[in-house]
Amino acid sequence: MLAFVLRRLFQAILVMLVVALVSFSLFRFVGDPISVMVGQEATQEDRERMRQELGLDQPFPVQFAAYVGRIVQGEFGISYRVGRPVIDLILERLPATLELAFCAAIFALVFGVGFGVFTALRRARFSSKAIMTFSLIGVSLPTFLIGIGLIYLFSVELKWLPSFGRGQVTDLGFWTTGFLTLSGLKSMVLPAITLGLFQMTLIMRLVRSEMLEVLRTDYIKFARARGLSDRAVHFGHALKNTLIPVITIMGIKLGSLVAFAIITETVFQWPGVGFLFIASVQSVDIPLMATYLLLVALFFVTINLIVDMLYFIVDPRLKSGVALARH
Amino acid sequence: MTETSEALLEVRDLVVEFPTRRGILRAVDQISFSLMPGEVLGLVGESGAGKSLTGTALIGLLEPPGRIASGTVRLKGQQINGLPPEELRKIRGRRIGMVFQDPLTSLNPLYRVGEQLIETIRTHLPLSEAEARQRAVDLLMEVGIPAAERRLDSYPHEFSGGMRQRVVIALALAAEPELVIADEPTTALDVSVQAQIIAVLKRLCREKNTAVILITHDMGVIAETADRVAVMYAGRIVEIGPVRDVIKSPRHPYTKGLMGSIPDPEAEAERLIQIPGSMPRLTHIPKGCAFNPRCGFANDQCRTERPPVRAVGKGSVACFLDEAQLTALSLEARR
Repeated sequence: MLAFVLRRLFQAILVMLVVALVSFSLFRFVGDPISVMVGQEATQEDRERMRQELGLDQPFPVQFAAYVGRIVQGEFGISYRVGRPVIDLILERLPATLELAFCAAIFALVFGVGFGVFTALRRARFSSKAIMTFSLIGVSLPTFLIGIGLIYLFSVELKWLPSFGRGQVTDLGFWTTGFLTLSGLKSMVLPAITLGLFQMTLIMRLVRSEMLEVLRTDYIKFARARGLSDRAVHFGHALKNTLIPVITIMGIKLGSLVAFAIITETVFQWPGVGFLFIASVQSVDIPLMATYLLLVALFFVTINLIVDMLYFIVDPRLKSGVALARH
Repeated sequence: MTETSEALLEVRDLVVEFPTRRGILRAVDQISFSLMPGEVLGLVGESGAGKSLTGTALIGLLEPPGRIASGTVRLKGQQINGLPPEELRKIRGRRIGMVFQDPLTSLNPLYRVGEQLIETIRTHLPLSEAEARQRAVDLLMEVGIPAAERRLDSYPHEFSGGMRQRVVIALALAAEPELVIADEPTTALDVSVQAQIIAVLKRLCREKNTAVILITHDMGVIAETADRVAVMYAGRIVEIGPVRDVIKSPRHPYTKGLMGSIPDPEAEAERLIQIPGSMPRLTHIPKGCAFNPRCGFANDQCRTERPPVRAVGKGSVACFLDEAQLTALSLEARR
């Protein structure tokens, strides 16, 4: 177990280094940073002096090492656009995005697993077929269209829910939350559904097909032959086995909730990091873009690590090092 | 055949059908047999003869669209086919246990063996967690698993195939059912382990006076274990009788061919007898006797009419050949 964790940690660090390399090279894409910083009238000597001071005359690997060193110490640079440390800007916006992703994930998980199990167990029912057909919409429609559609229906026509923003938020010092006010909660509904809908339908279809497969296995047949109740067979024996392959996909998908919140945040004017990122792209704010990239990668890597740990908890066969033979 | 009401299980004209796009397929066609308490009945036949389907039909676990189209299954006089699912569930495991072919896939890999045992015990018997646990330990000891107490907390993958099949048997016997249906219980195991598993099954069922339907294509297992044997061909029972009679002097031409295909180490014969052709598919079951295209004795009646099952000697045979001809067959087989 420990060796496994260490190996995974090592892999995670490797992934982060590669992402850091990509985000570092972002700075080089836009040309010579010195010409961005100095004025028109700067002499060639000024430029050379500045280049030396900033260490930009060093070879690429040295510069990269320095960059990684700064990141490790928590220095992500100053935003070109706002002129404040990038990390502060992102930390201010992060709670909004994390709360949104969290709600979307809960929505996707609860309804995805619930509908998936339902449609697998009651395959012939009309309602199952209706859900399956409806889920095609979730898979095929682009996020922004769903968002706009929801806004039109629930904000413009029915006037039930706000169409943009986070509503009233409560500042807890280190975190601003929208969970404590009614307007905050109401503002959460539409963006969370918009962001989670695609994942929900995906999880639902995955759970359904996995569950159907598991229900055909010998141990389910044997569980029935032992006279166990349908409830015990379906939710005790089948569901647990269904969730093993589903966990991986869900983990990766939850990571992408944070990453792809950009579109939803733009549609709903949600004051999160995705919205911040779009703004920084428009003004070529490289330090912010690079940091955002690192942040998203960190999310993916962390979630993957957690998923791998979950495997250990759920599947006892991994503990003894037996290869995960397919049932 | 026993016809009295004291029979534990009585199957009458059981028909299992699968509706398909090309019409209805009859996988089990009007089979009848009965079983006394504590009796071991072997059910033999080639793959696809309908043996396993018969077993699953008896406990009401046919996979839809498969269904029992007609016939009755009576357990101690009570008809159990067509019962509401909940009633049938209470019979499964409690009164009829089942052992499947592959012990590697019969146990849920995510639960400890003890959890699966205790769950089964508590489903059927009004025992506390602690009592059920004690019973689980006893069961594991009975099926011959060493250090049963400790093994309760092991996962299925930590057992060998033979040990897992012992666990499966313990699970099937957990609520002391009156009947156990064992569907090819040894086929997936090493030859060296097969005999042990059969011995465990035989011993426990004799101790508890549990009747057994042993589904297999292994005549050796049947010869050693069963009291009576029923031979199935293309969904029908062609011959049923005491195991000694059927093996030593088979009367039906198919049974004779089947016995002839078993190697006898003492015999001088250089080649095994083969039955020409192969068993028909369900879509192409011939008219009349299903065996007629492969039978050396088939006449016009065999090709048009289905032979009724009639008593011959201590057993019954579904064949048009008269008694003298059948006896001649059996004598020939004995040589």
